Amino acid sequence: MAVGCNRTGGAVFFKIRLAAGESENTLVGMSNTLSPVAYDAKIEGNVIFTQVDAAINWMRSNSLWPMPMGLACCAIELMAASSSRFDISRFGAEVMRFSPRQADVMIVAGTVTYKMALAVKRIWDQMPEPKWCIAMGACASSGGMYRSYAVLQGIDHLIPVDVYISGCPPRPEALLDGLMRLQKKIMGENAVQDQKRELLESI
Amino acid sequence: MIETIQKIRAAFPNAVLNETFFRDEYSLTIAISSLRDICLHARDVLGFNYLIDVSSVDHFGEEPRFEMVYELYSMRDRIHLRLKATVSEDDCQAPTVSDIWPTADWHEREVYDMMGIRFVDHPDLRRILMWEGFPYHPLRKDFPLEGKHSDTPGVAFSHPAPLAGGPFVTVPTDGTTQVREPRARHAEDLTTPEKIIANP
Repeated sequence: MAVGCNRTGGAVFFKIRLAAGESENTLVGMSNTLSPVAYDAKIEGNVIFTQVDAAINWMRSNSLWPMPMGLACCAIELMAASSSRFDISRFGAEVMRFSPRQADVMIVAGTVTYKMALAVKRIWDQMPEPKWCIAMGACASSGGMYRSYAVLQGIDHLIPVDVYISGCPPRPEALLDGLMRLQKKIMGENAVQDQKRELLESI
Repeated sequence: MIETIQKIRAAFPNAVLNETFFRDEYSLTIAISSLRDICLHARDVLGFNYLIDVSSVDHFGEEPRFEMVYELYSMRDRIHLRLKATVSEDDCQAPTVSDIWPTADWHEREVYDMMGIRFVDHPDLRRILMWEGFPYHPLRKDFPLEGKHSDTPGVAFSHPAPLAGGPFVTVPTDGTTQVREPRARHAEDLTTPEKIIANP
């Protein structure tokens, strides 16, 4: 797959060369023998024009690496969602590695005590932009049944939440539904304008 | 077991203030000033080599207000002994037993964090559950369940939790589950269980 980008009259176009049935090596070899290539007949039917936002969002939303912030019983449902019966990898979110530097979405699954809130915030700060947050279950969304001095009344007091999932705990299907809603939200974002401002100005 | 109690009473005739026996468990109320001597005696002479738990009670409205409770166990003789000692609110400190039983280290930190009783000569008396800078001791009776507002800049904040009519409490009654189950109850209801049975 070869990717090119050019900007004409304010609109940004994004070209994707889908090498259907071709490996990277054959492409390189072709350009060596026929260089300079004025017109490649094989390129017809293999080029898709789209907006760069749509392409970036498409790539991002189908490869969401979660940071599993399992704090209570919701984490058991989170594990079930990633296991064989529910298989969160069908939606491209199976890479749960407890590694915030490589994560895209933090799934806060469970009761956030004030004591743990310090660690949750720190891990959130370690995640690179762009990043999203799913508050899984009643506790992470609102404190749930824990109306107590010890429990943070919703993780949205500390970090911005994109999707709230109800339930105590939510079924794995609910988590998958929340993930699909997050994917829809990502598909509607202005990825380049919002997050690549410096790159746009340099073009 | 009764010989053990007699041995403690003989060794510390003035320190043992009260002795209760309830459901095969012995409790000794002792003076807090003699706590360390009695604990050392219990470990070295009587063989209480295991400290099960250290806890504290807040008798709010009474004087002395606080009470320390030590649960001792002898692995050799398989007997259990409870030591109680009162702590006044003005003094609000107790001697540490963390050098006698090292397990007391974190137990005493929890008591300090939750109840605010300081332990003299404790090696590392920091809060264990709440964060450094939190200004309250949450298990005191005058601390509300929903918490209080606090702000430690750069560390943490806390807000009172909305109780929505609570606190939700259970009531020990002979009534049905519907009567017993947790729900928002007013203070006057709690003092009259008959009313709750009549109007669940």
